[in-house]
Amino acid sequence: MYTVNTASEIAERIYEFWIRAPQVARNARAGQFLILRIDEQGERIPLTISAVNGDAVRVVFMAVGKTTQHLATLKAGDALADVVGPLGKPSEIENFGTACVVGGGAGIACLPIIARELKEAGNHVIGIIGARNAGLLILEDEMREICDELFITTDDGSKGFHGYAADVLKRELDHRTIDRVWIIGPAIMMKVTSAATVPYGVKTFVSLNPIMVDGTGMCGSCRVTVGGETKFACVDGPEFDAHQVDFVELMQRQRIYTDQEKAAVERFAEHTCRCGEGGHHHG
Amino acid sequence: MADRAADVRVRDFKEVDLGMTVDEAIAEAERCLQCKKPLCVAGCPVCIDIPGFIAEVAEGNFRKAAAIVKEQNMLPAICGRVCPQETQCEGVCILGKKETAIRIGALERFVADWEQQNGLVSPEKAEPTGKRVAVVGSGPAGITAAAELARAGHAVTIFESLHEAGGVLTYGIPAFRLPKEIVKTEIDQVLEMGVGLKKNYLVGRSLSAADLLKYDAVFLATGAGLPSFMGIPGENLPGVYSANEFLTRVNLMHADRFPVFDTPVKHGARVAVVGGGNVAMDAARVARRLGAKVTLIYRRREEDMPARLAEVHHAKEEGIEFATCTNPTRIIGDQFVTGIECVKMTMCKLDASGRPSPQEEKGSEFTLDVDMVIIAIGTSPNPLLVSLIPGLERTRKGNVVVDENGKTSIPHVYAGGDIATGAATVIEAMGTAKKAAAAINRMLREE
Repeated sequence: MYTVNTASEIAERIYEFWIRAPQVARNARAGQFLILRIDEQGERIPLTISAVNGDAVRVVFMAVGKTTQHLATLKAGDALADVVGPLGKPSEIENFGTACVVGGGAGIACLPIIARELKEAGNHVIGIIGARNAGLLILEDEMREICDELFITTDDGSKGFHGYAADVLKRELDHRTIDRVWIIGPAIMMKVTSAATVPYGVKTFVSLNPIMVDGTGMCGSCRVTVGGETKFACVDGPEFDAHQVDFVELMQRQRIYTDQEKAAVERFAEHTCRCGEGGHHHG
Repeated sequence: MADRAADVRVRDFKEVDLGMTVDEAIAEAERCLQCKKPLCVAGCPVCIDIPGFIAEVAEGNFRKAAAIVKEQNMLPAICGRVCPQETQCEGVCILGKKETAIRIGALERFVADWEQQNGLVSPEKAEPTGKRVAVVGSGPAGITAAAELARAGHAVTIFESLHEAGGVLTYGIPAFRLPKEIVKTEIDQVLEMGVGLKKNYLVGRSLSAADLLKYDAVFLATGAGLPSFMGIPGENLPGVYSANEFLTRVNLMHADRFPVFDTPVKHGARVAVVGGGNVAMDAARVARRLGAKVTLIYRRREEDMPARLAEVHHAKEEGIEFATCTNPTRIIGDQFVTGIECVKMTMCKLDASGRPSPQEEKGSEFTLDVDMVIIAIGTSPNPLLVSLIPGLERTRKGNVVVDENGKTSIPHVYAGGDIATGAATVIEAMGTAKKAAAAINRMLREE
């Protein structure tokens, strides 16, 4: 069993969990993820490793589907049935000169571990973090502490730059040299934002988030097309050269189970209402 | 000995073959000629004393029979069910020349089931040797090696990346062919011999290669879990599954019981399964049980299919349509699969494996309307773990290079099962594991 050390809601519907999983924590590097299963009836879901501290790892998730909503009901001291990791290839970190990490929404949570390793490798690190509004902005203090410079954007202008992360990224690319860019967020945000670096010829990584089952390369549920070739995001990625990724196919494959997911969410809402047990199944 | 009726069994995942009754088993055992030089034993990859255990069955000594089987095979309830006996023990049974071969697999299953129902007896163990052995992977090869090594007195730890042990026995072979409680009981018996099982450990990631190599000996049994795709257009459309994904969702994650279980799976109305092996039969029959009309597309003839005869027969009984001498060229769809374009194949001269090499018939293209496609054309070694062990020699296909005892290019590292041989059968994996375990044992004793 894997104990939840702390569980807190850090923005509306966005949760930060520290989970005790020594074999994951001891080996985790920037860019890697874990897969967890809440209980015996649960599904396996991938979550990026956001930070490591001793025997514990931090994950951040938005409660959107049935499993993440169920996860959000857990409290410190509760246990998860399964946690496996670290999975995926670590980020390719070296001293590039100036590196920029860009995060959107809950995707911001993936940045600190990358930014920290970039910083330790000697890079000048620029952070750009964006959210729909100020209330949905997460990990601002932590990012400010790690990065040499931090820019904030909100879609509604309630904090920082009024607009998208892509706009700030373009602005910075216009007046200085940036050697590497990481962009992590919803698929559509990564598609749009990474298009901004194309004219500047800057190598850009995105962390893809296709549907996964095992996370160890044995099923191909997470397959994506990169540079015209089929890759398994769980073992060949999850980070890929943004300019080679077929985002349209990725988004199409993310929607395979939309109907089932909707039904599961509805059923979960009904279930929690009636028995108040936070979605723990009884057969 | 009876199969449940096809129209009843396609509505559930319960076992199809009900097995032998006591009377049937004794009557079958009495047919055995008790050969002085039994061919059947040589036909069995783990060399079970077949006449020996059958003689005990004939006498009604089922516990003794089980003990004889378990001397060579710790997973008899599994092997009795899934071995392709027609190409192994039963294929060489002398009676098969003139009449029907002894039904060795059914008898093995009978004694194993009898023992499970009447109380299992744990095998004896040697004194502890103080040596530590790591086994990577808990499929048939890993479990077999672990049992052999534990019997010899070594401290064995199995590392498994999934949340349940069993490998293909758990995620691959469906319950209607191999009930999961049978698998669990046989694996638990190995664990009760003092074998440690660490689940959720992906070796190379959760445990570094350096830490793995600190064990006195290592046995790699990570299988051939990487699914092959055809490389044809449309293969990444939603609705196209690898058989591994489809079967894992149903067998391991219980997606057939969604939403009680959280993992979803698509229920196609018309499903095409591509391939002719056991995995293709399993995928087709699972899709049938989820309510689909299923067409199995195979590029050679039915007689060339590598699947177990009994399963081909069962699949047909269950209404699976066979489109043989047919090969897919393209998967069609927009947001989701709507069809699969195929071409007819002509059989030409025999290839090295004795199977005819198929060639496309020009202009024979046709389209099957389907809303789901399952690709079951084989698997290759999962490159992840073995690529993370520096100095481990591999073939071009990604298999670990081993000598006849399973020894790799690293002195205290051995490998067996599909990672060494390529995708093969459960029992062949167990055979290589037994050999490697014996070699590891010799090595550890000499030290």
